[in-house]
This record gives sequence, structure tokens and C-alpha cells, in this order.
Amino acid sequence: MSAPLLACAGLTCRFGGLVALDRIDFAVNEGEIVGLIGPNGSGKTTLFNVVTGIYAASEGTIAFAGADITGAPPQAVYWAGVARTFQRSRMCLPLSVFDNIMVGNHKRLNHGFVFNLLRRDAFAAELRRNRSEAAELVTIFSPRLAALLEEPAARLPMIDRRRIEICRALISRPRLLLLDEPSAGMTHEETRDLMDDILAVRARMAGLTIVIIEHEMGVIERVTDRCVVLNYGRKISEGTFAQIAADPQVQEAYLGVA
Amino acid sequence: MRPAPSRLPAIACAAIATLYGIAFLGAESQLAVGALLALAAAAIPLAARTGALDKVRDSIGANQKTFDGAAIAGVLAAAIFLHQEHFAILMMTTAMLLMVAALGLTVQFGFAGVVNFAGAAFLGIGCYTAAVVTKYTALPSWLTLPAGGLVAALIGSILILPVLRTRGHYAALVTIAFGILFKTFLEVNDTLGGPQGIQVKPIVLLGWNFSRPIRIGDFVASFYFSYLLLALALLAVSLAFVRRLERSWIGLSLDAIRLDEVASACYGLDVARWKVLAFTLGNFLAGCAGAVYGHVLGFIAPNNFTFGDSLILVSIILLGGIGNVWGVTVAAAFVVILPEKLQIIQEYRFALYALLVIFILLYRPEGLLPRPLRDYLPGRKASAP
Repeated sequence: MSAPLLACAGLTCRFGGLVALDRIDFAVNEGEIVGLIGPNGSGKTTLFNVVTGIYAASEGTIAFAGADITGAPPQAVYWAGVARTFQRSRMCLPLSVFDNIMVGNHKRLNHGFVFNLLRRDAFAAELRRNRSEAAELVTIFSPRLAALLEEPAARLPMIDRRRIEICRALISRPRLLLLDEPSAGMTHEETRDLMDDILAVRARMAGLTIVIIEHEMGVIERVTDRCVVLNYGRKISEGTFAQIAADPQVQEAYLGVA
Repeated sequence: MRPAPSRLPAIACAAIATLYGIAFLGAESQLAVGALLALAAAAIPLAARTGALDKVRDSIGANQKTFDGAAIAGVLAAAIFLHQEHFAILMMTTAMLLMVAALGLTVQFGFAGVVNFAGAAFLGIGCYTAAVVTKYTALPSWLTLPAGGLVAALIGSILILPVLRTRGHYAALVTIAFGILFKTFLEVNDTLGGPQGIQVKPIVLLGWNFSRPIRIGDFVASFYFSYLLLALALLAVSLAFVRRLERSWIGLSLDAIRLDEVASACYGLDVARWKVLAFTLGNFLAGCAGAVYGHVLGFIAPNNFTFGDSLILVSIILLGGIGNVWGVTVAAAFVVILPEKLQIIQEYRFALYALLVIFILLYRPEGLLPRPLRDYLPGRKASAP
């Protein structure tokens, strides 16, 4: 078997006396969908933040696609091919939907001064290319949304904002997508629709690897190949959904001691 | 697809603004000034209610080149009409130079979210650079314009580190402190004239002395007229520059770091680099405007560049609409010209601006002309698929 796409070894993150992540070993293989679950405060989002370089790891290493990215700044992690969404929506609300998606496309846009200010015809061509690419991506989620690219993001309802945030993460064609509770605050139907969309996108993007944090166990059961369970910053279980659901330690973490 | 909006409303708007400007600048009595203000106060809400303002806005948006041309023609027409009125020409020149400085602040605060409460200091750096270059060096005097910009950008880089390391109120305090230090530095520096100030020699370009009246046959224009033309050219270039900057991936990146630094960093944007870029560009624009302003004034002193003057620049962008280039120009004209014409408020102008800014922030937090969504290629939309 080839080396995993993402490999965290002994990953520890401390905030003063609080150990948010305690010697986590966590690996994701290319093409997998891995569910990251655990009660509130168990360290799921912290793990994402450490992997993407927002927090520095106190100990341990992170390797992505064979390269060591421990301690790399968020920008470098993005350039390496990791894109993420956030638990609480982090869109630029005054900007248009298209602008928001383009923020995620930073590494594929030409930021040269001469290009942007003087070569306006070349800029127009790049703009057109990106418009159609964004429209194509958004259409997978919802054809209706593709007509709203030039609307302010603030005008969209929450479910559409989530979709646009996922588009923003996907537009740069990352190898690894980290989804932090994409269904937070949604109804069951909305969650189901969103997951269908994510699976549809993945079917189009061959080899896209996903790590998803989710509280909705139905979702986890349906979409993931494998799950990792955290509790109090420790990894307490790992395996297929059926395996972890049967694990007494997982049941204890969620339900308390019987 | 809707039909492209007609050019007429845009041209009509420029024409009305020109006529109003001429009438306002030329008004002699306080009564006439008051009447003109009342007219505007009545006409603008009326135009908004009848939908005329929306028409004008759509028309300007779709026919930008036409409107740009009409605006330049309008300024020139007003200047030629008032060519012998020194004071009116001076006010127009000052307003245009402050517009350039306010555009610099727009790049900094409006786009990248970098606060700068030392706008007047950077304007002052431009002025003093002009004075030093013309007094102590043999460099050609027209070089003062780019030199003012470069020196302002360079001195601004001293501030970059503390501005990058602080946020919000603290970054504001850093710039306030810089503005006050700058003024104190000028007051104790004898080479720069100390508290009494220093003379700025005029620009001489190919034998054309900018501080002499222009004579073409019977046409004799004010000795500020050359500077008005220069200020207009500088404003046109700055406006085109800032607008193109906004309508590019660079503008998008600046907006993104203003709105969400963490998300921007996670999408590869180098937050510090973009902030430095915006800060430097903004200071460059303020410095260029300052150099010309120095020549216009002819004599500058530390008291021309107080914290209060910096606040006026900030109030211009708050009033006009944060990040809206046309909003900034309208607000700058308003802030410069109104107190000069309406002498009753001269003494109380700071109080008046304070009240205005408070009202705007309370009832129209995005300014008089809120910034529209980014339109990368205005006017070309119809041809896009």
C-alpha cells in the first residue's frame, strides 16, 4: 500500500495547561472519505486548525503527500493542496458570490501588477475562463445558484452559503478537502441535499480525498469509508462506521458510563 | 438581457454638477450660498424618489468612459469659466489634491482595511519633499511630484512593522502617534524651517513657471491655473489607477484580507504582503498629492499638517462611502469647499464634520455613496457569454 496522503504522528496541541490534542496518530489515504467525530470539545476542529497551520503543533509531525508540513503557515498548506471550510461560515458577505469563490482560487490567479492593471484584455480572458469554471462548479451543487454569481453573498440563505464555501474550497482543485461540520444549523433535508451534492462533486473530481467533521451520524454512516473518533483530545477509536458504532469506548464517550 | 442604459443621464449628471459647481464657487453672498445648499438639499432627495438617481447610477456604470470624459470636461469648463477667480481656482485645486490623498486612504482603509490616521502627515511629507528638492538640490522641479510620493512611501515603511503587528484601535493609535511625532519633528528641525515653515519654489517645466498667470492672447488665467491643470491630471491618473486596482484580482485580494484574515490565510493570501502593498500605495498617492499641494501653497509650516487635518481625510472617506472612488471625490469637494464658502461654519467646521460623520455612521454606515459590487469589466458585460 502506498504512503497515506495525510499523515499526522504524535500530534499534540497544548493551550497553556489544556491539552487540546494528545498524541494523535491520524492518516488519510488518497481517495478516502474519512469521518472525524467526537463530542463537543474533543479536538476535531483543533485538529483541522493544526493541520492547516492556524495553530502550531506543540509536538508531533504532519506530512502531506510525502512532504513535511509541520509548522507550515496556512498559506503553504493551501499551496500544497489542502483546502478547508469553516465550522462557522466565513464568507466575505459584502462581496459577490463569484468574488467569494475566486478568493479560494488564489493560487491559480495571476496577481502581477502589469497583468492586472495594464493587460486588460488578457485579464478579461482569464476572468472569463474563471467565470465559466466557477459557474460549472456551482451548477453541480445547484443550477439555480449559477445564476446568482453576481449577487452579494449576504443575500444567500445559509445552505447556499455553505455550498458556496465548499465551491470556494474546491475551485483550486485541492487534493484534500477538510469539511468542518458542513451541515451545522441545517435541517435534515438540507443536510441530505448537501451531502448528495458533495458526493456528486467528488464523483466528478477523481481522487479527491475528504475529511469531514460531522455530528449527524446518519451522514457519517452514509458518506464515510472510515471514521476516527476523538474524545478529550485523544483518539479513542478508528474503523468503519459499524466498527466504531459497536466500540464500547465510543458509546461511553457519547452516552456516558452505563 | 436589459438594454444598455443610455449615456444621457451620465452626461446630464456631469453637466448639472458642473453648473452647480460654477454657481457655488462663484456665489458671492452668504444668502446665495445658502440658497444653493437648500436647492441641493431639496433636489437630491427628489431625484432619489423619482428614480432619477438610479438612472444616473446605471448610466454611469454602463458608460464609464463617457462619464470620465464628461467629468474632466466639466472641471475644465468650470475652471475656464472662473479662470480669473484666484480663490475659486485654489479651492478646486485643493479639493482635487485632497481627493488624490483620500484615494490613497481608500486603498489603505477602504480596500485592505489598514487604518491610517496620519493622512495629513503623508501629505506633509510630500509638501516638505517638494520644499527640500527645490531649495537644496539642483534636480528639475517637476521631479518633486514622484519624489514626494516615493519619500512618503519610504517613510511609511517605518510604520509598516508596528501597523502589521497591531490591530484595530492599536493600529489606529500607532498612526496617530506617527502623525503627532511628524509634526513635532518638523517644529524642531531647523533645516526644514522649524515652526515658522519653509518656502516651496514653483514648478518650472521647459520655461513654463507654474506660479505665473497663464496668458494666451486676451485670456489671462489665475496664477493657480497651472496647478489646477496639474492637479486634474494627477487626479485623473490616480482615479484610473485605483479603479483598475479595484477591478482586478489585486483588488479582490485586498478586500478578502480586510474582511477575513484567517480565511484569507487559509486560501493562500499573504496577509502581510497585501497590507504592506496597500499601505505603501496609499502613502505614495498622498505623497504625490502633497508635493503638488506644497507648490500650490508656496509656503508650508508644521501647522498645515495637524492631527485635525488627518481626521478630515478620514472623514472624507467615511462620508463619501468607504471604498467608493466617486464617493470620495464628492465628499472631498464638499469638505474642502463648503467651509470656505459658508463662513458662518468656518469656526465650527470640526464640530460640523463630527456631527455629520456621526449621522452618517448611524443612519448610512456605508457612506453617502455605498460601494457597489465589484464589476471587473464595466461596459464589456454585454459581450460576455
